[in-house]
Amino acid sequence: MKKSLISIRDFTKDEILHVLEVAREFEQNRVQKILEGKVIACIFFEPSTRTRLSFETAVNRLGAKVIGFSDATNTSVSKGETLKDTIKMVSNYVDMIIMRHPLEGSSRYASEVASVPVVNAGDGANQHPSQTLLDLYSIKQTQGRLEDLTINMVGDLKYGRTTHSLLQAMSFFNPRFIFTAPEELKMPVEYKKFLDEKHIGYSETNSLEEHLDDCDILYMTRVQQERFTDPMEYEKVKDVYRLEASMLGNVKQNMKILHPLPRVNEIDQDVDETPYAYYFKQAENGLYVRMAIIAYLLGYR
Amino acid sequence: MIDNLGYRQSIINESLYNNHIMTHTDKELVVSALENGTVLDHIPSENIFKVLEILNLMDEKNRITIGINLNSKLFGKKGIIKIADRFFQDEELNKLALVAPKATVNIIRDFRVVEKRKLVMPHEIEGIAKCMNPKCITNHQPVKTRFTTMENDNEISLLCHYCEKITDIKGLY
Repeated sequence: MKKSLISIRDFTKDEILHVLEVAREFEQNRVQKILEGKVIACIFFEPSTRTRLSFETAVNRLGAKVIGFSDATNTSVSKGETLKDTIKMVSNYVDMIIMRHPLEGSSRYASEVASVPVVNAGDGANQHPSQTLLDLYSIKQTQGRLEDLTINMVGDLKYGRTTHSLLQAMSFFNPRFIFTAPEELKMPVEYKKFLDEKHIGYSETNSLEEHLDDCDILYMTRVQQERFTDPMEYEKVKDVYRLEASMLGNVKQNMKILHPLPRVNEIDQDVDETPYAYYFKQAENGLYVRMAIIAYLLGYR
Repeated sequence: MIDNLGYRQSIINESLYNNHIMTHTDKELVVSALENGTVLDHIPSENIFKVLEILNLMDEKNRITIGINLNSKLFGKKGIIKIADRFFQDEELNKLALVAPKATVNIIRDFRVVEKRKLVMPHEIEGIAKCMNPKCITNHQPVKTRFTTMENDNEISLLCHYCEKITDIKGLY
């Protein structure tokens, strides 16, 4: 039976751990042409650099070929073709579809229409499971474990899908959360309810300084202009936090700063030189994790 | 005339077949009793047409009598639908739990109420409610909506199968 990855909730704890293990194997040996002869579609209805390039690199390094588009304006979509028809057509050509689309739920729908596995590379503000898995991989690589860690999430916790998915995935590993956000961008109630049901502790603050020194992972996010429907609301909060190297004097030695990238002003460039910065390596990890996801879903790992 | 549920209504807004509306001696209009069929009672008046839609009664050929804004001791105002010679499966009726959670279903045979049923909230509902998330795929493409119902402190909310957002059931009324 075909298996898709649409939401991080589609994976069990064992599957998550398996994919992370496979990713480690790919990091040690990043050219393994196990998918020779396969064709994989990368269809991006919304702009992306990191995600698209790392997925396409992952496909290439596994020995498969990529087809697809990175901009829907040159396709039949601009003629009014429904998503259903596009997916039906593409899934007749390829062995797997990797897709990004601005509408939420579009990837779930695509997976129900397609005859091949679908990997969600981001559906609007909803899910982005390969990002979540690479975040988990980065946490595991830097801390040596996933259990019993304190994660401080900073920035846009209202619209930031990466924080929501990471929260759901980390809930398997007995974490403690700190939510650092301005009033307008607080963690939504449904996610706090989810944690309450699982008896996972969290605290909330609007001060970035308050919990810098007692967390293992500082998960910074960008305030994403494209998620706001009200431009006034965006202007009020866009520059709310700015992390600088001088603020890191008393942090835990094992503390690492993660960021899904791209960053704008929320992390000063002088942080890049500190031993706590991990976001560029984190982006590199995306390659191994995406190789692992593709190999696993196609039944090769 | 008093109908088979014992309701005596002074005004019946509408009937699809005039010959079944009878003139009472004191000039009140009263709906005829059902011989066989289903009476859906205690429907919020404003959701009467949603109920007809959910049960696919818009194209029904049998006699249907509808009452809106009838007086109710329990609810103040209520709506009622009588469908002659039609009986429904539980799964069909339970879909109504979303728009008429307190509805009573009366099965009529030979002018008598032979069975009364309450609705049970289904675990999953398809093709009924709209997702409140404006960016949900179901609001942009011809995709049938699908929700899981969630109950929290007696409040029902709907989790969208597609965008994973929660729609407040109050938005449906």
